[in-house]
Amino acid sequence: MTHLADRLSGQPSGAMIPRLFRVADRRQDTSDTFTMMLEPTDGVSLDFIPGQFTMLSAFGVGEVPISVSGSAIEEGPLQHTIRDVGAVTHALSRTAVGDVVGVRGPYGTGWNVGDADGGDVVFVAGGIGLAPLRPAVLEVLHHRQRYGQVVLLYGTRSPEDLLFTAELKRWENLGVQVLVTVDYGTESWNGRVGLVTTLVARAGFDPRSTVAIVCGPEIMMRYAAGALIERGVRPDRVRVSLERNMRCGVGLCGHCQYRELFVCLDGPVLPFDQVTGLLGVREL
Amino acid sequence: MRTIEHYLPDHPFFAKLDPEALAVVAGCATNVSFAPGEFLFREGQPANQFFVIRRGRVALQVHGPSAGTVVVDTADAGDVLGWSWLVPPYVWLFDARAAERTGAVSFDGACLRGKCEEDPHLGYELMKLVTQVMFSRLVAARVRLLDLYGNKETADAGALYAAAIASGTSHDSPG
Repeated sequence: MTHLADRLSGQPSGAMIPRLFRVADRRQDTSDTFTMMLEPTDGVSLDFIPGQFTMLSAFGVGEVPISVSGSAIEEGPLQHTIRDVGAVTHALSRTAVGDVVGVRGPYGTGWNVGDADGGDVVFVAGGIGLAPLRPAVLEVLHHRQRYGQVVLLYGTRSPEDLLFTAELKRWENLGVQVLVTVDYGTESWNGRVGLVTTLVARAGFDPRSTVAIVCGPEIMMRYAAGALIERGVRPDRVRVSLERNMRCGVGLCGHCQYRELFVCLDGPVLPFDQVTGLLGVREL
Repeated sequence: MRTIEHYLPDHPFFAKLDPEALAVVAGCATNVSFAPGEFLFREGQPANQFFVIRRGRVALQVHGPSAGTVVVDTADAGDVLGWSWLVPPYVWLFDARAAERTGAVSFDGACLRGKCEEDPHLGYELMKLVTQVMFSRLVAARVRLLDLYGNKETADAGALYAAAIASGTSHDSPG
């Protein structure tokens, strides 16, 4: 394992001090999920690579790690799509346009979707997991001609929980094969109902040239990675994003340590073959 | 559209059947089509068929007085739908509704049951195929029981909120 001091030497000074960002806009995506558009108060934009996360502060309440959900290529506000599930995310959900929040980062590894150059790309998203994938999808669409088949397999609990529904149509029109499924539907839902991993067998892609990018609940990622590998995708070309209790974001506090990995530094995006054993370890 | 005799050997479900068995199965099959909203079968009715969906989509659903109609699964092109024809008392446990215009091959389950009784080898081969479908559906259903995308954190968050405030920390999952 790399010495901690070596790891930290690459961090810019002030890595623990949040920058101030103003809420420029806000969109309610579903009943419990919203997107914040943030503008830096100092006018200096925050550059990131798809897959990275920031530490967002609701001042007086706390900090929370949130993956960036906007484009890394096009100019515009910093976007985070957030599910209101805890104290900090709830406080963030109550912010209004003009309010100021803190942002540290970006931190962690990216999807490196460029590795699929010349081949196929398969995105598998579960629930809110589509949000961290969105920057990678946008990157692929920006360089669409570089890739072969581009597939998005997306599962949520119900039709009401689907994110970016208008954008899914747009992506489909841009040549992405979009297959959506939900766990439970009503009679008015004429789409698919079933497990997202069952879509892997239906999708049109060449597993030999595929880079697969998977984001969602850990159990879902295990099953999705299993289905992709069964289809013939190499385990080292299946990437997952681990969700751990990130606090400092710079490998200092150890809250996100996952045996030899600091998820905030070595992850959150990791090749599946590197974490296969870890995901099956109890009480880790 | 290809005839049933030409379609079945290429279908993964039937691919392992030898030509003789395939001919028997094909002899019990007919092409059927359903308009959107039409029911392939209804809960409580005798289960005397199973289907291989060729195009379209079928919603497997159940109706309850408080829940209304809940779609628990769908079958798309290539999927095999229905196994109640093989399990006594041969009664459908769900409704199957065509969610869109649907074409399928319908197999006469009562006819096939009779042929399986006469020819245990055919029965065993068919049972292995149906068991594979049942196994896949059971695994998928069990994983969905985990309610992977459910908002379990909300319940936990309530209890953790006071502790978080007291300790100056919070308990959120990253977006």
